[in-house]
Amino acid sequence: MSNEKGWGMRAFDWFEERLPIVSFIDHSVGSKYPAPNNLNYFWNFGSLAGFMLVVLMMTGIVLAMSYTPHVDHAFESVERIMRDVNSGWLIRYLHANGGSFFFIVVLIHIFRGMYYGSYKAPREVLWWLGIVIYLLMMATAFMGYVLPWGQMSFWGATVITNLFSAVPIVGDEIVTLLWGGFSVDNPTLNRFFALHYLLPFAIVGVVVLHIWALHIPGSNNPMGIEVTANDKIPFHPYYTSKDVFGLGVFLLFYFTVVFWFPNAMGHPDNYIPANPLQTPAHIVPEWYFLPFYAILRSIDDKLTGVILMFGSILILFVVPWLDTSRVRSANFRPIFKVLFWIFLLDCFVLGWCGSQLPEGLPLILTRVGTFWYFFHFLVLLPVVGWIETPRPLPSSISTPVIASPAE
Amino acid sequence: MGDLAETQSVPTEDESRRDFLLHATVATGVVGAAVSLWPLINSLNPAADTLALSSVEVSLAGLEEGQAATISWRGKPVFLRYRTPAEIEEARSERWQDLPDPQPDEERVQDDRYLIVVGVCTHLGCIPLGQKTTETRGDFGGYFCPCHGSHYDVSARIRRGPAPSNLEVPEYTYLSETNVRIG
Repeated sequence: MSNEKGWGMRAFDWFEERLPIVSFIDHSVGSKYPAPNNLNYFWNFGSLAGFMLVVLMMTGIVLAMSYTPHVDHAFESVERIMRDVNSGWLIRYLHANGGSFFFIVVLIHIFRGMYYGSYKAPREVLWWLGIVIYLLMMATAFMGYVLPWGQMSFWGATVITNLFSAVPIVGDEIVTLLWGGFSVDNPTLNRFFALHYLLPFAIVGVVVLHIWALHIPGSNNPMGIEVTANDKIPFHPYYTSKDVFGLGVFLLFYFTVVFWFPNAMGHPDNYIPANPLQTPAHIVPEWYFLPFYAILRSIDDKLTGVILMFGSILILFVVPWLDTSRVRSANFRPIFKVLFWIFLLDCFVLGWCGSQLPEGLPLILTRVGTFWYFFHFLVLLPVVGWIETPRPLPSSISTPVIASPAE
Repeated sequence: MGDLAETQSVPTEDESRRDFLLHATVATGVVGAAVSLWPLINSLNPAADTLALSSVEVSLAGLEEGQAATISWRGKPVFLRYRTPAEIEEARSERWQDLPDPQPDEERVQDDRYLIVVGVCTHLGCIPLGQKTTETRGDFGGYFCPCHGSHYDVSARIRRGPAPSNLEVPEYTYLSETNVRIG
């Protein structure tokens, strides 16, 4: 009998026939998306990144309603948010530290992709879209840091926009175009605010493409092997519940910083209003830019430094072809596994170097670290793929479990 | 249908004519779209009122020998320095041809005594130290940029470090012996 369905269900069916959005979501991140059954906790960070994007956009929209993008009022309007606006301090600290935590989860997400070979065929475009998101994030974060118009805002903006003056012939014209004047000034602040508001929506667009590209081959897994239908479980409720649990753990860290160490990742100089006639003694970017800042300063030539810095990110686009091994997961690649951890260490070393003055030991480490960064991608990845003998791959996720239940 | 049969057997000349029309239309559309982007991009360039503030007059009368002063021009600091005879001598004794950005001191000043340069490091735009007596003047007695370690000499020429060129000498004219218009 057709009476089995209630009116609510029938209304739902009526709507689904006309716009099947619920089944679209169900196929994307719901019960109709079959995921490998052996995903570990490193697979939580994609959804955590999505969560942070939503938090940043929600807090950002509210902050924008109390913020004034003008050189004479920007700093004071941020202080007003901190002191006078209801919950303003909380919203701003959630937003400012949210940026850092967005980078933390995205970086773990990227390194997870590197360790488990998630960039390899057939997921190259998925990997590319991830890098595009990463680049958009860095642009957005940089412009966001300028908005409070403190000393670090101003001088960070000056140094970073000046990178483009290294472009041969038209460099100075490009910088003038970016500034809208002869120095970082009110037109610069205005356009950075407009773009800082816009780019997150662009990120959402690329995230949709990223998830779309994910669903063509499906998720990679810690074994890095193709997954049979028997070894898959529906994303909802299995991984939605796991993601929510992971979110709870993540929030412990996030809120610990927001409530107890809200300025730990910021620089005290940014609580000094911008002064175009006084450079702070020591300009440092936000922590997530430090490795790239170190690479920029690794060489005493402006153009080469800039090329190396941009190259260090753009090189990620060709990693699927630089890595010549067909085995995805580092768990089956004894040499690559070691190199991965050295590479991770190298990134931390470069990060530390970026926070130091470029002289003495930090400068030497910067140069060694920069060399290793490119050596890893350009030489080690292709060569190791050829000479390494990977451990035998199981034919399916369940094979090793069934073959040796005692283990 | 007779008409349809006719259109299906179009001669080759007509096909190439159609291709030409198609390509010409697409090309015109693409060029038109690209050109229409220009006002949007150009609106990001300095506006008329920003350009209008692009010159400033300054008096050097208050400077004593050996003193320096900083003024603001186009949102950037301009270093003014009344150099001592010893400093001028030092700037001119060097073989300028061997410097990283070769330029004689004579070309960098109009009045030998007064050095007028834009106080913005040519590396990444920080303000070099050396204007105040308490600040280091670097290894070459001029300016030192603390951001990435560029050393400038007493003529504000780059001597060591990542900066690619000398501190910029702005366009300026002496209106009288001690009055200068910069810009």
